[in-house]
Amino acid sequence: MSSTTLPATARVPAVRDDALLRATRRRLLISRIIAHGALILGVLIVAFPIWMTLVGSTHDAATIGRGDVPLLPGLHATENYATAWNEGGGRTRTTPASIMLWNSLLMAVLIAVGKIAISILSAYAVVFFSFPGRMAAFWAIFITLMLPVEVRIIPTFQVIVDLNLGNTWAGLVIPLIASATATLLFRQFFLTIPDEFVEAAKIDGAGPLRFLKDVVLPLSLTNIAALFVILFIYGWNQYLWPLLIINDRSMETIVVGLSKMIGSGDSQNEWNTIMATAVLALLPPVLVVALMQRWFVRGLTETEK
Amino acid sequence: MQKKVIFKGRLLPLALLAPQLAVTFVFFFWPAGQAIYQSLLREDAFGFSREFVGLENFQEVLSDPSWVNAALNSLVFSGCVAGLALGLALFLAVQADKSLRGATVYRSLLIWPYAVAPAVAAVLWLFLFQPNVGLLGRGLNAIGIAWDYRLNGNQAMILVIIAAAWKQLAYNFIFFLAGLQSIPASVLEAAAIDGARPARRFWTIIFPLLSPTTFFLLVVNLTYAFFETFGIIHALTSGGPAKATETLIYKVYVDGVQNLNLGSSSAQSVILMILVIGLTAIQFRAVEKKVHY
Repeated sequence: MSSTTLPATARVPAVRDDALLRATRRRLLISRIIAHGALILGVLIVAFPIWMTLVGSTHDAATIGRGDVPLLPGLHATENYATAWNEGGGRTRTTPASIMLWNSLLMAVLIAVGKIAISILSAYAVVFFSFPGRMAAFWAIFITLMLPVEVRIIPTFQVIVDLNLGNTWAGLVIPLIASATATLLFRQFFLTIPDEFVEAAKIDGAGPLRFLKDVVLPLSLTNIAALFVILFIYGWNQYLWPLLIINDRSMETIVVGLSKMIGSGDSQNEWNTIMATAVLALLPPVLVVALMQRWFVRGLTETEK
Repeated sequence: MQKKVIFKGRLLPLALLAPQLAVTFVFFFWPAGQAIYQSLLREDAFGFSREFVGLENFQEVLSDPSWVNAALNSLVFSGCVAGLALGLALFLAVQADKSLRGATVYRSLLIWPYAVAPAVAAVLWLFLFQPNVGLLGRGLNAIGIAWDYRLNGNQAMILVIIAAAWKQLAYNFIFFLAGLQSIPASVLEAAAIDGARPARRFWTIIFPLLSPTTFFLLVVNLTYAFFETFGIIHALTSGGPAKATETLIYKVYVDGVQNLNLGSSSAQSVILMILVIGLTAIQFRAVEKKVHY
């Protein structure tokens, strides 16, 4: 349709059109500026506690103890981090951060890998086989969604004591690796693998384990990566369970160790080394999220479906 | 639901399921059963004698003023955390949604607090609000507000709410932004052509279309505030001062681990389990709604 066929009422005088356009543009621009202003303010507020922690980790204990924390970093970063790393932070000098970081890393990786491994296996069994008790097994796993560790702390702790697993890596990790969410996610994904793939594998004489190893696992790699990011953070940030299970200082994780340094929030503490420990404690999971952001967002939105 | 083409065999699938089922039974069903069993018993602190008391533990828990106090604290705490984290995240997501290119940049800048452990978040905020050392704590005292969260229960509550909401903001932002970006632009353009102003467009179009996301996030936030904030409260206030920040989860910990009152602690655990089951059921209905709308 050419413009000449438009009815006369649809045509607006050119001058008014221009003014309207300019007004709209201006409104749009103002709304954009407000939007960016609000977002920048939001980012600054969100980042402020981290900034102050970074600043706190670069001054000496006396400056902070006097209540004179400046807004800009100081010159004592190296010695603070060295103290936290080699001797431990806070006045009580608990466990060196180097050991606690290693413990946290081990715990996080074991939990993430363990959860992914047992979830893949059980989801594979539920999707690609038919056997008596299949649905019962599925529901047994599904129901664990409703039993977070926080609500069954004391009886679970008793099981650990009965099994003699207190203060061991097995006791710390194994109770946390059962995961309904990961199993559901893999089940959902396996259901989308076309039947033709299974048929082709069968014709070629591949058994179920071969099919798992050569077809299903390679296809699941993106899901595994996304889930690993989420589960690594979940594992790293565990608090209540290690607090109960571990009382051996050489097995202390950094999140629990950090909160022990705080005590009751006394002013006369070595805040500089505590803040250095805090930075070390939050750096690994934050780096994982920052560097693997695509997987992270994907894992987050998919595990909640 | 199952596939049409499947493998044969009975032992192999059971072997594949074995690790998951073993962990589930030993560390989920057995302890949960124990909790229910113990909630019906009374045991003295040294474990010498135990007797069956029926629902007496539940009666005692529900009529215990300190449990009611913890329940009220939990309600205030989770209501404020959810309200604050959802409101701010929605506001920021709406702003970020206005510019297509900026949205992902702001997302990157806002999402990382999700990775910070609750207990570490507590330490960060403690360093800001410590009355003698913290920048903001001293600032408040300097302008004449007697700020000491270690003495004033309301201030302690405010501090744990801020720390908990700060951590949850990122999560809500991601979901709100995704929800906003899935609203078809044509609907909004049509409304704009009809002369609807931005505020009106938000309340009559965006907000209703976003309501499945909002409802889903509300349940997730409440669950988070109820169950995952133990670290924040433990590190910041230890439930104090005078139990002002003692939530239901924290009370289970105190009664079970510190006071060794197993009957009462188990009864509290069972009540919490019922609560989680309720929340999870609501969450699944919300997810279904989200898929179908």
